[in-house]
Amino acid sequence: MGLFVAQLLTGLANAATLFLVASGLSLIFGVTRIVNFAHGSFYMLGAFIGYSLMQVLPGMFGFWVSVLLAGLAVGVIGVIVEILVLRPVYKAPELFQLVATFGVILVIQDLALLTWGADDVLGPRAPGLKGIVRVLGEPVPKYDLALIAITPFILFGLWYLIAKTRLGILVRAATQDREMVGALGVNQAWLFTGVFFLGATLAGLGGAIQLPKGGADLLMDFNILAAIFVVVVIGGMGSLPGAYVAAALISILNVFGVTYLPQSTLVLMFVVMAVVLMIKPYGLFGREEVAGEHGQVGEPERPIKPAGIAVRLLVAFGIFLLALLPWFGSDFAQVLTADVIIFCLFAASLHFILGLGGLVSFGHAAFFGGGAYVAALLVSYLQTPMEVAFLLAPIGAGFAAFIIGWLCMRLTGVYFAMLTLAFAQLIWSLVYQWGEFTGGDDGLVDIWPAAWLNGTTPYYYFTLFFGIGGILILRHVAHSPFGYALRASRDSARQAEATGINTKRIQWAAFTFAGALAGLSGALFVFSKGSVFPTELEIGRSFDALIVIFLGGVKTLSGAVVGGASLEYAKDFLTRFEYWRLTLGLIIIFVVIVAPEGISGTMRKMAERVGIIRGREGDS
Amino acid sequence: MNPILEVRDLSKSFGGLKAVNAVNFKVAEGELLALIGPNGAGKSTCFNMLMGQLKPSSGEVYFLGENLVGKFPRDIWRKGIGRTFQITATYASMTVIENVQMALMSFHKRIYSMLPYAHKMYKSEALEFLQMVGLADQAERHCAILAYGDLKRLELAIALCHNPTLLLMDEPTAGMAPTERESVMQLTADIVTEKNISVLFTEHDMDVVFGHAHRILVLNRGELIANGSVDEIRNNPMVQEVYLGGGNLFESEEAAS
Amino acid sequence: MIEVDSINSFYGKAQILNDLSFSIAAGEVVSILGRNGAGKTTTLKSIMQLVRPRTGSVKFNGTEVVGSPPYKVAKMGLGYVPEERRIFTDLTILENMEVGRQPAREGVPEWSVDLLFELFPNLSERRNNRGKALSGGEQQMLTIARTMMGNPTCLLLDEPSEGIAPVIVEQMAETIMQIKKQRLTVVLSEQNLHFARLVADRAIIIEGGQKRFDGTFAELDAQPEIQEKYLSV
Repeated sequence: MGLFVAQLLTGLANAATLFLVASGLSLIFGVTRIVNFAHGSFYMLGAFIGYSLMQVLPGMFGFWVSVLLAGLAVGVIGVIVEILVLRPVYKAPELFQLVATFGVILVIQDLALLTWGADDVLGPRAPGLKGIVRVLGEPVPKYDLALIAITPFILFGLWYLIAKTRLGILVRAATQDREMVGALGVNQAWLFTGVFFLGATLAGLGGAIQLPKGGADLLMDFNILAAIFVVVVIGGMGSLPGAYVAAALISILNVFGVTYLPQSTLVLMFVVMAVVLMIKPYGLFGREEVAGEHGQVGEPERPIKPAGIAVRLLVAFGIFLLALLPWFGSDFAQVLTADVIIFCLFAASLHFILGLGGLVSFGHAAFFGGGAYVAALLVSYLQTPMEVAFLLAPIGAGFAAFIIGWLCMRLTGVYFAMLTLAFAQLIWSLVYQWGEFTGGDDGLVDIWPAAWLNGTTPYYYFTLFFGIGGILILRHVAHSPFGYALRASRDSARQAEATGINTKRIQWAAFTFAGALAGLSGALFVFSKGSVFPTELEIGRSFDALIVIFLGGVKTLSGAVVGGASLEYAKDFLTRFEYWRLTLGLIIIFVVIVAPEGISGTMRKMAERVGIIRGREGDS
Repeated sequence: MNPILEVRDLSKSFGGLKAVNAVNFKVAEGELLALIGPNGAGKSTCFNMLMGQLKPSSGEVYFLGENLVGKFPRDIWRKGIGRTFQITATYASMTVIENVQMALMSFHKRIYSMLPYAHKMYKSEALEFLQMVGLADQAERHCAILAYGDLKRLELAIALCHNPTLLLMDEPTAGMAPTERESVMQLTADIVTEKNISVLFTEHDMDVVFGHAHRILVLNRGELIANGSVDEIRNNPMVQEVYLGGGNLFESEEAAS
Repeated sequence: MIEVDSINSFYGKAQILNDLSFSIAAGEVVSILGRNGAGKTTTLKSIMQLVRPRTGSVKFNGTEVVGSPPYKVAKMGLGYVPEERRIFTDLTILENMEVGRQPAREGVPEWSVDLLFELFPNLSERRNNRGKALSGGEQQMLTIARTMMGNPTCLLLDEPSEGIAPVIVEQMAETIMQIKKQRLTVVLSEQNLHFARLVADRAIIIEGGQKRFDGTFAELDAQPEIQEKYLSV
């Protein structure tokens, strides 16, 4: 009984931070419709800034003032980000703004590294609250009790702000009908900035307030990201009570999980989320979102045509050059190029559902890593020959996509994206925590190709064949009736359904197909590296592909391929420098602001303007 | 003669509001039937129930003797009902002819094929439909840059692809220039007469309604208040009142004016 | 006060307004009449910049508003009351009115919550109820009260009589008369000729996005063919 109560208390204490950060994310989404991926970074900054302030402000008073100041400082940083990075892209397609926030993540990571160094920082213990208290015989840190006591005040303060102040009223009104708020004389731009300030402040407070429990480190931005998304999605986007209930639920479940099912703490969170979303697709307190008519915003895409002779010759020449690489390139060049091809296939498979289908998946890594793990597990446990494992990998990944697709297909837009992320994280946490089967953090090693493929050059050709082959298959299917039906479902689901197309089933099939090809790239990957680790299933993997597609240009497959190649080569080049994230992040933000159509789209427009290629008729 | 479509006691409530209340009507073979009424009369609700986009609270919709209630729009389409939309719905990323080819691929159940090139499929057939609506010379243009009137024509071509028995047209001339309205409506009338297709359409433009409808249904506040020929509807005082306002409240003003 | 000069407005590709021009003098109550689909709502939205006319000009007190965001137009003193009763259903009556609040403006009476509750006694009784608990008529009144909180010099009313019970329509007419007494300029779009006649000084009839008639109701009565052609069936 004592242990039970103590754990309940710990759970509630942990919920304080989670609630603060998640409610900020939820508020920002509710009003601006931006999914702020940089929210974890705000949280991390709050922790570091709070830590620095605590070094100079001593005593109990100093501690709490530091927490408050850290929150406000992060709020100001949030305003800077909003004004400099997001304002220029509010008019861009909704999801393009995501990419800008990815850029912010990278920039903040390096700025934090520059300022506070790479070492973890041990949080100072709160003066006056250092000891423990015995509750029913069990030790509970005093600070936990303080947090539990403070949380209702935070809740009340936030509730007061939202329920009683003019800002809060405007926020709630704008969450419901932004246009009408504008027509009543309210400047949306400043309302957005205000909400960003509030949301970032909450994240900063969350980061500072957990210092005595968790300290600060450079990984905490990504570590909390999944949890706060889960909280927001379970609670319902834009709902504060939902965020609190979900934060408490997740935190308490987590504490009990640690005790009774230590191997499943992470899995548990995502299982809860999946179950909630299957019963209430818009979260416990969320309301249904009416999806727009089109899966994309902005200029409609142009018709696609199979490549003409000239382009085919060009592509053939490119492949020919790649085939010649082993004659003039080093082993390193071959390995790097193989990596690039594998990544391009992965990005191209995501492009198939995102570009043609308008289905934004945040969890595509599940199928890349999934394919890699299927092959690795088969080899490790069943001594399956490499050739067979290689073929079974895409089938296994496709099967996973088939199941996950079925579960996600009921939702659209951001909710669909969130659910794919949740399932990807579920798979990641399963692999990560089921150590005795998957090797956990140590991964699976000694997964080498068959003897006839041993060596850099044979495997390079193997990768070239299947990688380029996969991309060409994707391209061909895009031009087939199936690809057209997928585009039709995106362009106008109304018309498609009214002419006999089961749009959900088409999208489901496409999701499965794309998953299988991502699995193929995963299989190529695992045999080229000889090993696989849970990182291949992480959010970061999915983000890489998303960034590439948005930066390369959503509208064309070549955008994904060109973008994929550029990013891989750029990473290879940049990672030699110490602050490569900062550079890459700034480049991403720059591209987003300057070229909202992506690199290939913008280059095409420029080329049309100066007359290199013929413009679309009707363009002026 | 058996009716093509028969609507029996069709009702739909939203909360306490009866948007459509026990509506009955029939569409005969080859008939152009107009459904009119002021804003909020329940036209769209009624239409959406016929299309399968909205489930009726009660009542039945029989098409060639088969009850359509509870079926998906795509299944209703397969039974032989085509439709056009009030706000045009076309595939903006495709060319004009590909829009029609898409409907043909769906009709021939080829949408899961991955091997052939889609742009080569049913091309001549698609061109015939475009010729029918006068869009053949624009077949290869990008759908997104089509003029609004042409988009409406394209929708008509798409709706004709599966040789429908009945066409449901939601405000076929909305958003078009007045001169274009007449030509699109005349085109529709010619095609459906030639192919002996029945049409049920809603419309705001009374010139279009009186110029082309064989019979008119008038909805007000969810109830069918009139059902008759063009002349009958024109001379129906109740219909006049619905359109011009009035009622007890304004009787004094009416007497004064 | 308002000068609309040959505006052309579109929804996507559909052209809704076609070279529409008219002007409204200060203190006038003008009704824009026409069947549904004629472009009445778009006309009001084009003044408010919720729809940006592709060409043409809209001047408010001599200042060009085309290109300004709606919030700036609202701050100039144009009050917009939408159709479809777009109230904030999660907010209470008082909160809805708070969203519309703007500072007092010279030359027009300043409205307060209390003054508006005098005008709309039904709302006063339910001031702490959420929008979604209100009846259609109450919601309609709330949209007007909310806009009045911005102390507008000119009110744009979109179909105030639509879809509400006759007894409420009568109240609505009285309210508009009250507002008119406060020297406010009012532009209302209407389908209901009798309602329009009751409250307005002048009628503008549009059809297919074009102006077909502009004059007093006496003049309109003198031309029954206009009524026949553009309003009745």
